[in-house]
Amino acid sequence: MAGMVEKRGLSHWLTHAGLILGVLVIFFPIWLAFVASTVSQQDIVRPPMPLLPGDQFFENYRRALVAGVNAPVAWMLFNSMVMAMGIAIGKIVISLLSAFAIVYFRFPGRMLFFWLIFLTLMLPVEVRIVPTYEVIAGFGMLNSYTGLILPLIASATATFLFRQFFLTIPDELAEAARVDGAGPMRFFVDILVPMSRTNIAALFVILFIYGWNQYLWPLLITTDPSMNTIVMGIKQMFPSGDDLADWPVIMATSILAMLPPVVVVIAMQKLFIRGLVDSEK
Amino acid sequence: MATVTLTGIHKSYGKTEVIHGIDIDIADGELIVIVGPSGCGKSTLLRMVAGLETITSGDLLIDGARLNDAEPMDRNIAMVFQNYALYPHMSVADNMGYALKIARRPKGEIAERVQAAAKMLQLEPYLARKPRELSGGQRQRVAMGRAIVRDPAVFLFDEPLSNLDAKLRVQMRLEIKALQRKLGVTSLYVTHDQVEAMTLADRMIVMNAGVAEQIGTPLDVYERPATVFAAQFIGSPAMNVLPARAEGRVARLANGIGIETGTDASGDVLVGMRPEHMERDPDGPIALDIRMAEPLGANTLLHGSLAGIAQEIVVSLPGVHREDVMAGSARFRIAPEACHLFDAGTGRRL
Repeated sequence: MAGMVEKRGLSHWLTHAGLILGVLVIFFPIWLAFVASTVSQQDIVRPPMPLLPGDQFFENYRRALVAGVNAPVAWMLFNSMVMAMGIAIGKIVISLLSAFAIVYFRFPGRMLFFWLIFLTLMLPVEVRIVPTYEVIAGFGMLNSYTGLILPLIASATATFLFRQFFLTIPDELAEAARVDGAGPMRFFVDILVPMSRTNIAALFVILFIYGWNQYLWPLLITTDPSMNTIVMGIKQMFPSGDDLADWPVIMATSILAMLPPVVVVIAMQKLFIRGLVDSEK
Repeated sequence: MATVTLTGIHKSYGKTEVIHGIDIDIADGELIVIVGPSGCGKSTLLRMVAGLETITSGDLLIDGARLNDAEPMDRNIAMVFQNYALYPHMSVADNMGYALKIARRPKGEIAERVQAAAKMLQLEPYLARKPRELSGGQRQRVAMGRAIVRDPAVFLFDEPLSNLDAKLRVQMRLEIKALQRKLGVTSLYVTHDQVEAMTLADRMIVMNAGVAEQIGTPLDVYERPATVFAAQFIGSPAMNVLPARAEGRVARLANGIGIETGTDASGDVLVGMRPEHMERDPDGPIALDIRMAEPLGANTLLHGSLAGIAQEIVVSLPGVHREDVMAGSARFRIAPEACHLFDAGTGRRL
């Protein structure tokens, strides 16, 4: 191991040069987007494309946040936040509860229900999108947060993950809690949920990004621009026909759309890694 | 402080009966060890007392109240599990106080009782730690602490020492015994280790295949085993049991050798001789062809067989005997009162 740290010389620098080059290649499009969001419309359409930030940063971002193209981006960010949080938290709560039911209770059709949940893993949103739309429209949930969140809130993946985790918890723990006088829900809240917190953190990251990046579903059920989410909002900003695209504002919106997932990943990563490091039995 | 009475306890899983009727009256403050090989139903019996398994038929009485269908928490029992079953995300203090917290006791009282139990178990420096930061022995103590804090009527121990190393096991065994004496709480203790059973028990239940082979004090079981199974399970190395024909007070082995037994019997019997009760005697009736000697320091185990009988016999002699000295054959005798006679058909003591 010492060799790995002390290794100096050509291969050391080559390795780093390769890594830095890789980072640059991956980062370059994001950099371009950022640059485009800080210059004026004329600078973008006139070749060559600028590679250094311009002086329109505050102006472009102010215009995006306050005015946008169809709706203010601040409003779309809020919509996306509600949807992503609703989906992430809802999925975690529901899958924790259903995994708890499947693992710890003997009820008729237990395995049937498990396999039914498992089967839905094989049906992505796109496959069931027409009937789902029918149902949501029938309930009058178009252009509502409920309509955005509800159809995406059940998660077979998360249920399956929590089930596998609960199965690794020794039965004696449940029995000890029973002897200590804890009822089922008390056991769930006091023991199971705290023990699952690293899984919850990891899932939250994945599910938040999943919710944040939803495109097709919000596109279908939100017709009112004030209910647009940011990911579909960006697409809506593209001009149709002969309109002029306001590229600086679109790029500013893209950068803004990227920030919340990045913040969530960075914030939860700490918890996630801490959970992994002091793993508990 | 409580008495526990089991009457005709049966347990079946579907049509498979695993416990075939256990009866015992446990006095207040008594420590009962349930001992037997794996799969004999000893843990199931304990779990039925705890309320973690339903009782198929029979009655469980704690302090005279029939508690067959009560939830574990309503039975006023505390249980120590084999793998300790500590809540991994809670500190030692929270683990110990959890039952009281659920019972909605005032915070001050919980802290006080946890403190008292921690003091008794020398756990005070560790109260703020998580279970994973403790050694095996300390975790074991926390599990005991969790039981003590509740001040229950009955302690239930489910093989609590089997995850510890040999040295720690001896130490914890003594601590459990001392603690149980001091607190005077009626206890049921399950183990497969006959040494634990012998040292801890006020009385023991020797179980085999769902049946209580014998219920009695450790010395009672050792000196007067009720069945061949109890005779061979308690005592180390296991008792030698040979088929014989009883003719009055003499049991004649298959090779014609007669052994005085001190018990009047006739017909087919099994004669049991503990290895440690066989003594060297140049004129003794038992001629052993020694195959191997195992010097253990304090004593030496001789493995061999009798002429004309294939079955292996073990003799334990005090002190060190070198194999080369013991090679060949040697003669032994056994006192008539040290011989145990069992019915060849039922395995019951005669």
